[in-house]
Amino acid sequence: MSITDMGMVRDVTVSDAGRVTVTFTPTFSGCPALHVIRDSIEQAVRDLGVTDVEVRSTLTPPWTTDWIGDDARERLRQYGIAPPAPTGEGQLIQLDAEPTRCPRCGSLNVRMTASFGPTLCKRMYVCDNCREPFEAFKSV
Amino acid sequence: MTTTPTTHLTDTQTQALLLKLTVLADDEIILAHRDGEWTGHAPILEEDIALANIAQDELGHAGLYLSLAQTLGGSDPDRVAFWRGPDDYRNTRLVELPKGDWAFTMVRQFLYDTAEALWLEAATRSTYAPLAEIAAKAVREEKFHVQHTALWVERLALGTPESERRTQAALTELWPHAAQLFQPVEGEAELTAAGILPDLNAVHARWTDLVTRHLVDKCGLTLPDAPTTQPGRDTHTHHLAPLLEEMQSVARQHPDAEVW
Repeated sequence: MSITDMGMVRDVTVSDAGRVTVTFTPTFSGCPALHVIRDSIEQAVRDLGVTDVEVRSTLTPPWTTDWIGDDARERLRQYGIAPPAPTGEGQLIQLDAEPTRCPRCGSLNVRMTASFGPTLCKRMYVCDNCREPFEAFKSV
Repeated sequence: MTTTPTTHLTDTQTQALLLKLTVLADDEIILAHRDGEWTGHAPILEEDIALANIAQDELGHAGLYLSLAQTLGGSDPDRVAFWRGPDDYRNTRLVELPKGDWAFTMVRQFLYDTAEALWLEAATRSTYAPLAEIAAKAVREEKFHVQHTALWVERLALGTPESERRTQAALTELWPHAAQLFQPVEGEAELTAAGILPDLNAVHARWTDLVTRHLVDKCGLTLPDAPTTQPGRDTHTHHLAPLLEEMQSVARQHPDAEVW
């Protein structure tokens, strides 16, 4: 999975003078990897032989898991992480979590075991059909 | 979306907005620290992780507020967080009280998260675009906090007599302090009139309705009497100073470090 798979890269421009500007948006505002992502973007562009690089971050429009492409969703599922369901127009305060499928057997007969997971973007489930414990992307 | 560029804020508006962003960030920072105190001590591993996640989000929101404040002439966010003492912090007493038991932590987080989510939702309609953008980002994250803490409060209130007793005791102690979240800062009325900040009274009314439905109707808890007038955000309990001392100790021992 790359940051482009995640839909985090919003814009890339090249000026007449050869300056490359990459605009990206964070997934979660408190993501501790933001510094690393920013530095990695700059390094990746420099590795292409560009010397003048600017990396910008933007909050608008806010990142959504709907931007994760179909191909990336399938790779997440094969890896064992349930891809995010479409976000839709949910209410602000809703107590029911979005439906999630087991990445192994596809069953909807799953239970959330923890509403927060090892990273800000995931939560923990177990499948009551095939007994697989798995991580699922939050729909944001 | 209607936008008001930074340059169109008057000096008075800029000062008031700076103060508002600071008090919002202060609440997030102090509550995140209290939540962080459960790391390694929560009842079960999943909750240890959940509360650390929530604390991380709240710190992220503080970073957004303070970064915006910096564009309005405020100090570097790390300076604001680590180099002010208890006399300069403007957090509510609600968030600085010691973490207490699990019921206390969950009830406080629920009262805070619901207030924050409703305020942010209203702030997405701010006429000041940078604030509306922050709100649109943060409210998506806050939704998960509300889901989580609402369920915990319900589970504890309707659990055993012991968990119910603890949950009610927590609510009784915290309720008067929660009202402090809806005290306006100096100059806030002008910002609200200009559509820059949400109408705090309207948010308060929505919040009271939401938490009453959950705590009373769903969880069977009793709300204490309406709180009497509270002192302002410049009045702290004796619990804030030791919290800051611990939170700021590393930064102050290594003032030349580049990244925390």
